[in-house]
Amino acid sequence: MSEAILRVEGLRKVFGQAVAVEEVSFSLPRAGALAVVGESGSGKTTVARMIVGLDRPTAGRVTACGRDRSQPARSARERRRRGGEVQIVFQDPYASLDPRQSPAAAVEEVLRLHTRLDRGRRRARVAELADLVGLDERQMAARPARLSGGQRQRVAIARALAAEPRILILDECVAALDVSIQAQVLNVLSEVRERTGVAYLFISHDLAVVRQVTDDVIVMRHGSVVERGPTGQVLDAPEHPYTRLLRASVPGPGWRPTRRITQQAKQAKETR
Amino acid sequence: MTAVAALLGRGRRSALGALGTTAAAVIVAAVVLAVLGPALSPADPDASDFANAYAPPGPAHPLGFDGQGRDLLARLLTGARTSLLGPLWVVALSMTAGTVIAIVAAWRGGWLDSVVSAALDVVFAFPGVLLAMLVAAVFGPGLSAAVLALSVAYVPYIARLLRSAALAERRKPYVQALEVQGAGSVAICLRHLVPNLMPLIAAQATLFFGYAMVDLAIVSYFGLGVRPPAADWGVMVAGGQSGVLQGYPAESLLAGGCIVVLVVAFNVLGERLSDDSGQSGTSGPSRWWRPGRGGTA
Repeated sequence: MSEAILRVEGLRKVFGQAVAVEEVSFSLPRAGALAVVGESGSGKTTVARMIVGLDRPTAGRVTACGRDRSQPARSARERRRRGGEVQIVFQDPYASLDPRQSPAAAVEEVLRLHTRLDRGRRRARVAELADLVGLDERQMAARPARLSGGQRQRVAIARALAAEPRILILDECVAALDVSIQAQVLNVLSEVRERTGVAYLFISHDLAVVRQVTDDVIVMRHGSVVERGPTGQVLDAPEHPYTRLLRASVPGPGWRPTRRITQQAKQAKETR
Repeated sequence: MTAVAALLGRGRRSALGALGTTAAAVIVAAVVLAVLGPALSPADPDASDFANAYAPPGPAHPLGFDGQGRDLLARLLTGARTSLLGPLWVVALSMTAGTVIAIVAAWRGGWLDSVVSAALDVVFAFPGVLLAMLVAAVFGPGLSAAVLALSVAYVPYIARLLRSAALAERRKPYVQALEVQGAGSVAICLRHLVPNLMPLIAAQATLFFGYAMVDLAIVSYFGLGVRPPAADWGVMVAGGQSGVLQGYPAESLLAGGCIVVLVVAFNVLGERLSDDSGQSGTSGPSRWWRPGRGGTA
């Protein structure tokens, strides 16, 4: 795995008394797609926040594009460079955009930060990115309040891609969207990866989505990694009991809600 | 004036309701009168003619005269200027300082936030009017001393509310996305944080305009703010007292009435704006005319 673009070694995070993340190690190959799955509170998001620098690791190392980023950036230049390496899309599409800024302005702000394009070129690039995520000119000029959740999430993806990152972290980025919109956004993500060669760290609790988007998967529980391997293999033949439990928790065909209350009522009637 | 700016900026008068719109209209009218005051004034506000002392209203002098034979309408109109400019300065100074302190504390967090919060608590302990009188006693009476002292006294109320609002805003993903992009703190604060806090800032400014007006009038009433020969509503309330005893209450009543009407207007409008800005629980010194909101959920 010498050509790993993102490497995480022995990552640990303690909040007060609670250990949120314990000894997490993994690496993400160039243009790869790695899923991190686990239930709420398993430490997935904390790992993501440490990678992008929003939280500081208690111990361990994060290396992106061959450069260490375990310590806070010292200079503005360093901060910008890190921004050009790893980007993130958050879960909540409603709070991900400045309510006073149009999508086009948000993307342009990032371009001003990371590139030396002149105004005309920036506008052309904004249009290009909008096209990549499937938004039209009118939507890019609208106020965020007028956009749907799926549209906003596509804006967030376009804004992240504007920095031309090598790694994109998607933190439950489709969890707040309904199923048909989820499919649209996932298609956008597959296409973006094909066209730009960006690597994905895909954080999710939704195994069906993970299967569709990623090559490899790690399973986290209580802050530690309990299983890892190629996505298909892990999901089809899970070895760890927790992974089996996760898989069994997904409602599939043939699943019927148990009518415990009606049954109890029936029994009560019969015994009377 | 802050209120007017906020109103024009939004262009949504209907959101204020009938009462809020009336309050805004009263404020606009007062501002217009204050600006045009000297031009509209029927006489020289400082020209005194003892032959006219307590003279009743007449066609040339619609409100009559005060105890020193000065035209009351002229003095009210001229007084509007100082009575509005004083609070304007207080609001401008305290809002600027309060906003800067709140955002720096919320953004940096950690020990700086703790130190700032502790310092604000200390200033909290001083009632604004008392501080203003203390400053006036030490540095001599005058409007600027009172304005400065009140501004300092108001900062904790403003900073505390804005700090919690800024903290909530700072945790939102759009701000964190900008941090991950590598944008500078100052740029994020100026371009994103402050504009998104602006509705709340405008609402607070309007409320505190009303408070400042009363507090400055109190200070002037005690002779420690605006100095007596000058026309000011607080000074006029004090100056008219001897008239009240002699059966001529017009000066005190008129000046006091102007203060009450405007303060109520600023309070109503401030409340409407803060309801509108989506932030419940506006802060402010608790006053007899405005008991704390605690209890009413």
